[in-house]
Amino acid sequence: MIRLQDLIKISNHEWEIPQSYRKDMRVPVHIFATQELLEQVMDDKSLEQAVNATTLPGLVGHVVVMPDMHQGYGFPIGGVAATKFPQGVVSPGAIGYDINCGVRLLASSIELEAALPHLDSLATMLNKYCPSGVGVKGVVRVNVPELERVLREGSRWALKNGYASEQDLARTEEGGCLEGADPAKVSDRAKQRGRQQIGSVGAGNHFVEVDVVESIFDPETAAVFGLRAGCLAVQIHCGSRGLGHQVCTDYVQELQAVVRRYGIELPDRELVCAPMDSPEGQAYLGAMRAAANFAFANRQLLAHSARRAFEEIFAGKMKGWELRQVYDIAHNMGKIETHEVDGERLKVCVHRKGATRAFGPGAPGLPPEYQKTGQPVLVPGSMGTASWVLAGTESSMLRAWGSTCHGAGRTMSRAKAKHEIRGDDLRRELEGRGIKVRAGSMPGLAEEAPSAYKDVDAVVETVTAANIARKVARLRPVAVIKG
Amino acid sequence: VGFEEIAHTADWALHVWADNLEGLFAEAARGMNALSGAKLAEGPKVKRSFEAESPDAESLLVAFLSELVYYAEKENLAFDHYNVQTACPACASAALAWPPGQAGTGEHGEGFKQLNVRTLKVEMEGGKIVSLNKSIKAVTYHNLQIQQTARGYEVEIVFDV
Repeated sequence: MIRLQDLIKISNHEWEIPQSYRKDMRVPVHIFATQELLEQVMDDKSLEQAVNATTLPGLVGHVVVMPDMHQGYGFPIGGVAATKFPQGVVSPGAIGYDINCGVRLLASSIELEAALPHLDSLATMLNKYCPSGVGVKGVVRVNVPELERVLREGSRWALKNGYASEQDLARTEEGGCLEGADPAKVSDRAKQRGRQQIGSVGAGNHFVEVDVVESIFDPETAAVFGLRAGCLAVQIHCGSRGLGHQVCTDYVQELQAVVRRYGIELPDRELVCAPMDSPEGQAYLGAMRAAANFAFANRQLLAHSARRAFEEIFAGKMKGWELRQVYDIAHNMGKIETHEVDGERLKVCVHRKGATRAFGPGAPGLPPEYQKTGQPVLVPGSMGTASWVLAGTESSMLRAWGSTCHGAGRTMSRAKAKHEIRGDDLRRELEGRGIKVRAGSMPGLAEEAPSAYKDVDAVVETVTAANIARKVARLRPVAVIKG
Repeated sequence: VGFEEIAHTADWALHVWADNLEGLFAEAARGMNALSGAKLAEGPKVKRSFEAESPDAESLLVAFLSELVYYAEKENLAFDHYNVQTACPACASAALAWPPGQAGTGEHGEGFKQLNVRTLKVEMEGGKIVSLNKSIKAVTYHNLQIQQTARGYEVEIVFDV
């Protein structure tokens, strides 16, 4: 068990686990956290998992851990690791099962006060149009050849089929389509799981949420992002559904034998990996990108559904009801990017698992309107608490592989939450605070209770104090749709 | 023979034990059903079978439980009876002793300790799921190690939910 005294304190918001901590570490671990947030994870396996992550072959720089870290499996949630391209490895477990789990934010000009009489109907309509919950099917049906087009094209498929606008794509990470996706490397089983689910939220911590822009911290940037104080916005949090989970399952299984063949020794079998330039590494990258494209298309379809709901409730009643995309960003993904390492520009595979890409001003791939501000970073809170819109910084590019936190981060186990919190009570409490709740499962709702999570404000204070993101706006939920 | 839920911050985890490896596999499947709260429809039983070959027992366990995840999601099926058979064609006997020389991997200590090559065959009986509290989306290898203990065989499994 790692103790606080094993860490080197760099500042009030930064710590290091030196490479000398364990002999199989290839690089140090750099942690962004306050002492209080660190102490919250000292009795789980987050830091041990971060140390295990440093054993991946081909790592450069340091493994980064964000303040919303918590114990995952293999790789900690909130972890970022970069391996040298193309000889370094890619590790499916360091990206996660829900490939391209991410958040999309849509903004409106509807003022909360005007919307209040319609919020109940809006929650019901969103619940109707954005299918969520266990075993629920998506809003469109696709056959396998059509699904393969989705896997290749991502949001471009949605655009061709009338579910997206050009601006939606421009304001999506990578334009909503990762190049190099290879549907042939996605198993039939994964395709069968995904075929029925495209255009659905799923369950767990995924949601569609209506928020009000409660506070603006940077008016100029907020205006560029299209965020207005007192107006409604919509967050969509979900990923690649069963398809992504099956891709990860398939490759974690297949790579068990591959690591032996390449003589790679690892402390946890969930970290299995393959050199990026090997046939096995190439196959996983092709499949992972296909799953990421599925997730982009999935959130795009849900955005289309949310727009339908807004139109039905608000069109003709008030102006400015249209939902404009602010941004769509992943927090579970592997990307080939160029970063500065020891003064040298290096091509690396950045593995982000529960960490959001947070590119600063001038970074490649950002739409022209965000070139000066830096990329919008979407940090959803736990249900019933605030969410944040941040902007990426140059410092994040240099110190955190262009990444920052992704949410509040769990602190209570699901088992404990289930035993201590009743879904019905929680729903009443949230409704009492003016938050409309539509939930498919009361035990599922209880597991996602705000008290099961860290304080998202403390997480955001940490990343902004460390300058790996800056505050733009704070959102407060008014309606939550959960599976 | 039994299982119990153990605390995991983000996901779900089970501790499973049984007298023999076959019982361990069946109990792990029952534990998964209990975690997800799967209730089956009355009526005629649905039968399915599963076969796998893998270099170690842990991989067989992940493959088997992943098959159940797939059936639940794709066909809305869960099972309540399992006839599990394991074999080790390459082994001189079916004894499940850790083979000498394969235990431990040097600098990482006790990781990657593996059982001999073996095969798995499971006949399953069950039915349509009429209600489910929560779905398990994947079965992980995180610190997965089947251990021989005084109880027989024990394992801890972490599920992605």
